[in-house]
Amino acid sequence: MNGAKIVLKSLVDQGVDIIFGYPGGATLPIYDELFKQKKLKHILVRHEQGAVHAAEGYARSSGKVGVVCVTSGPGATNCVTGLADAYMDSIPIVCLTGQVPTKLIGNDAFQEADTTGITRPVTKHNYLVNNIKDLEKIIHEAFHVAKSGRPGPVLVDLPKDIQNEEYIYRGKKRGNKINFQPKPNINLNSIKKATSLILKSKKPIFYCGGGVINSGLEASKVLTKLIRKTKFPCTNTLMGLGCFPAIDKQFIGMLGMHGTYEANLAMHDSDLIIAVGARFDDRVTGNLSKFSPYAKKIHIDIDPSSINKNVKVDIALIGDVKIIINSIYKELEKNISFLKFENIKKWWSQINIWKKKNCLGYKKINYPIKPQFALERLYELTKNKDCFITTGVGQHQMWAAQYYKFNKPNRWMTSGGLGTMGYGLPAAIGAQIANPGKLVIDIDGEASFLMTMQELSTICQYKLPVKIFIVNNKWMGMVRQWQELIHGGRYSESYTESLPDFVKLAESFGIVGLRAEKSSEVNKAIKEMIKIKKPVLLDMVVDQYENCFPMIPSGAAHNEILLGPDDQADETVNEEGMVLV
Amino acid sequence: MEDQKKEKHTISVLVNDEPGALARVIGLFSGRGYNIDSLTVAPVNLTKKHSRIIIVTSGTKMIIDQIIHSLERLIQVKKVIDLTSGDSTSERELALVKVTSKSNKINLLKKTAKKYKAKLIFNNSKKYAFEITNSPDIINSFIFELNKIGTIDVSRTGIIAILKN
Repeated sequence: MNGAKIVLKSLVDQGVDIIFGYPGGATLPIYDELFKQKKLKHILVRHEQGAVHAAEGYARSSGKVGVVCVTSGPGATNCVTGLADAYMDSIPIVCLTGQVPTKLIGNDAFQEADTTGITRPVTKHNYLVNNIKDLEKIIHEAFHVAKSGRPGPVLVDLPKDIQNEEYIYRGKKRGNKINFQPKPNINLNSIKKATSLILKSKKPIFYCGGGVINSGLEASKVLTKLIRKTKFPCTNTLMGLGCFPAIDKQFIGMLGMHGTYEANLAMHDSDLIIAVGARFDDRVTGNLSKFSPYAKKIHIDIDPSSINKNVKVDIALIGDVKIIINSIYKELEKNISFLKFENIKKWWSQINIWKKKNCLGYKKINYPIKPQFALERLYELTKNKDCFITTGVGQHQMWAAQYYKFNKPNRWMTSGGLGTMGYGLPAAIGAQIANPGKLVIDIDGEASFLMTMQELSTICQYKLPVKIFIVNNKWMGMVRQWQELIHGGRYSESYTESLPDFVKLAESFGIVGLRAEKSSEVNKAIKEMIKIKKPVLLDMVVDQYENCFPMIPSGAAHNEILLGPDDQADETVNEEGMVLV
Repeated sequence: MEDQKKEKHTISVLVNDEPGALARVIGLFSGRGYNIDSLTVAPVNLTKKHSRIIIVTSGTKMIIDQIIHSLERLIQVKKVIDLTSGDSTSERELALVKVTSKSNKINLLKKTAKKYKAKLIFNNSKKYAFEITNSPDIINSFIFELNKIGTIDVSRTGIIAILKN
């Protein structure tokens, strides 16, 4: 069989049934083979960036590897943003790119780009296949690399002549030797030390991130069991939302730049931080020199290079979250008589005092709609539906993270590391395809939405009942907020003039368009959006000048958090902070 | 932060000799803003297709740890060794130095070469080329002395070392 067929056979053997892609000259042999078979379903996107984000949404909502197939040159370069996004958020993706025939590589041929060179810094690994004999092995290896250890995107560049060349297919079971195996290394002594710290601490906090989600459903279950056993407070990162139920009494909200007052102050004052699958990102730590000055730190991560990268930790446990948390749980059970809840009684009463600040409170008015109100109502009206949420990047993303309560992993898909505007719509497509019949909502900003809205055409083609919930304030809200707080209200280029009429725009794609402009209309609009079994775009026209609080300005510490517009920003924003992002 | 003192480290990276392996290793340094003071690459096991990359870099302890862990994370990397500790031999380097000098300085030239145990590998009427293997410091002073004798041209391999056990 030819190379193209070998590629497809390998995909099928890897359990793939969906590919997101866009054809072109250098992938014609693959698309020809796709046409002849029935096992793989191809989803035609409208831009290659959308293909990668859709694959990310698919992977994150299903726990499987997302697969992308695009052509050479512009097809591959259009993927770069998506790959960088998947790399930063550790999402398993296999991206197949066409390439000009091997003889033409380096000749500046039509639609040629140095794809492996361009994507090297944004992939976990990449391959250029230059011998048909290696093709099958490389595809299988790509899947192994993408999902093992700390997951990430892997790219396979396929020259057109290799796709056409004839060779035999051995099949996965014939034992392709894979020369890369991450080594498990769990030190029992460290587990014991960690447990004894847990037993001794008086102001502990669990700080859990996306690594828990990546470790799988079981990891979330074991972690939840452990946290409930200890009765310790738990905060999640943006990436970790859902790994511990948000409705649980021990959950004190998201932490970080727009995290809750109680979570950030608890991090600052704690004497023991148990970091689980989180990487002490700058959005979380704020000013590093003032970060959690009193805490001992236990860091559980599968990636050794995450340890001591930003914050020096006392105990590092390198390995799969599920396995390590399980060992800690067992060790804790052995010593259960030493676990004293009196130890943390004072701590909880302090946290409850912080909670009373009600940091997520906002003014309730009828006009204009407060974005917080819109998000809060969206949660209340969908909370019994096992909803999948995706977002763009900006204020709406933070409000979604603050007001939507996630109780299960794999329900929340947002661009955390790279912060890619336009992520929401294509990711929702992927999530909907992985979860047919489920309610998938893209909570988007109007500016983020405009960046990838060509995918409305994809939604229309595959009749995907995706709900698009646009929090429309006509501004690049987060840019505007920073300009207001940090740049003296000089709103440079952050207002979007001449926005489309979103309702008519939706209708032109055969999508139902709705609009709400007063708080009194919000409930009805959301209910209608959910009721319609077709794709719906809801244009939620909100207060243009609302800011997202709480906020830790760049360069500030957790306890310098701003609670609302009345807090003085100038005292906490210093010159050092101005240069930070 | 503590341990702000910069240290020089020689790191040995055993890689699968595949396309892009060197690019990934170097890209890691340039992409994350680490220094490369010296770099050598050569195949060391032809049957297994392994190459060894030896990099001299400098940074705080935290950064050196980061570099080593990040290198270990690369798929083509088989093994990373920090050769700076007492477990490894002293660092060696090979240099070829070509001198163009006036005929009246030939004796001085030969004397200097003898002092440094440099081997003459080529000469014609005016040009002499020497091979020297030693520690980088000694090679530096050899070059410094030859520079006084005539105009010189230098090729150096970069630093290498090996574990004692």
